[in-house]
Amino acid sequence: MNIFEEDLNDTITFWEKIKNIFRGKSLWMLHYCTGCGAVELPPTMTARYDMERLGMGPMATPRQADVLLITGYLSVKTLRRVIYTYEQMMTPKYVVGFGSCTLNGGIYYDSYAVINRLDYYIPVDLYLAGCMPRPEAIMNTFKTLENMITKGEANGWKKYVENYDWYRNNQIRSLGEVYVKDEFHE
Amino acid sequence: MSYLIALMIVFIGFLWQVSIDGIQRKVTAKVHRRVGPPWYQTFMDIFKALSKSSITHGFIYDFGVMMALGGTIATFMFLPFGNIVAFNGLDNFFVVVYLLAIGSLGMAMSASGSGNAWAGIGIMRALTQMVAYEVPFMIVVFGMIHVYGTSSLSELAHVQQMNGILGWHIFTMPLGAIVAFISLLGMLNKVPFDTPIAPTEIASGPMVEYGGKHFGMLMLQHEFATLVEVGLFVNLFLGGGNLIEYLIKYFFVYTLVTLIYAVSARFRIENVVTFFYGVPIVLSLVQAAIVIFTGLGVNV
Ligand code: SF4
Repeated sequence: MNIFEEDLNDTITFWEKIKNIFRGKSLWMLHYCTGCGAVELPPTMTARYDMERLGMGPMATPRQADVLLITGYLSVKTLRRVIYTYEQMMTPKYVVGFGSCTLNGGIYYDSYAVINRLDYYIPVDLYLAGCMPRPEAIMNTFKTLENMITKGEANGWKKYVENYDWYRNNQIRSLGEVYVKDEFHE
Repeated sequence: MSYLIALMIVFIGFLWQVSIDGIQRKVTAKVHRRVGPPWYQTFMDIFKALSKSSITHGFIYDFGVMMALGGTIATFMFLPFGNIVAFNGLDNFFVVVYLLAIGSLGMAMSASGSGNAWAGIGIMRALTQMVAYEVPFMIVVFGMIHVYGTSSLSELAHVQQMNGILGWHIFTMPLGAIVAFISLLGMLNKVPFDTPIAPTEIASGPMVEYGGKHFGMLMLQHEFATLVEVGLFVNLFLGGGNLIEYLIKYFFVYTLVTLIYAVSARFRIENVVTFFYGVPIVLSLVQAAIVIFTGLGVNV
């Protein structure tokens, strides 16, 4: 993974503070629309609730995105794609989990195909309560996330780097090893 | 000395264009009846992108990004910015058009170096679109250059100011101005012609693999390319003027582009080519014939 060494320090220097202000004011999101929560995003994005007021906008590719929105339940097959997507994003990166399904499995808690807790697999900075959350709640969450980033508290991606073995073991336990073939760079 | 002036106009141009870009986002928001981001949002976006980490896909990938940014900034240095000309005698139309291609080619090179299939499709579309909009634009401008016998941009801006406002080419050569404005929409990749970077179908096209610092540099490149392209239109058809006049004209042209952008939908790539090779090319040929054979509309 490609990260800044100085970003991993816990002490926040002057430049870190300035960088955090920029990072908080401009959040590009990748909405990984898995579950039911995804239908609340279009109203949040369009004219009525106008997400662009917070400097947020949708981005088409994980390379440019800062926030990964997991909008609902994740089946085991989808989880693999979510992990690929998360690892493709550039640091610093943040994850928001929508609804009770990402928190404890929600109404799918005893299903064989759906994972129960998202933060066994990737670090989640913020959970958003509700089944499903209203656009007001989504806007509120984004505002909270912005404040957390500006204060330097949203450091889930640091946890992922530091505890990579633990996350990796959890991922392998659910998914098994996968081999990715890269034809272009052979 | 001229290098200092060049650096100065690069700095002023950067501040101007990035704030204007933020204001245009407000204008778009007003058309959509929403509030919109603050005017400094684009500064935030660029500095945020530059503060993130990024990965590399090999030497060509890195080099192409730098070539695109450097080539576009170099192009901007040759363009007359108001009445400030950094390199006297070199503010030539051919220099600008020739150097502008270096930016696009650098980006094409580095995007294909990333090895993503969407990037390949995006580049194919971008170069096809370039072939489409350049031809009518060049026919109009070459007609103008032929009659005046000079291709210096500040000279061409100067001859328009002799008869006051009615001497501007937008009034004396209306057909050519319409064609050039449509070509400007194509050059800026704004919405009716944003086929190359269609985010909803090919995931931002050439930009798909860029993240962090590389993407920040490409955003800067885009801002400087906008400065050059709108600046060309202002100099060729609105008569340049001193710095204040130039910036006001620039603002109006760019706002008009934004208003069109805010309400329109996207062409498909074959629609773009058949569109440009239809009415605009006929209009441009008519305009060039009028200018060359009757001399109507030019004040030599
Ligand atoms: S929390 Fe509710 S709305 Fe969200 S994915 Fe689960 S069931 Fe659907």
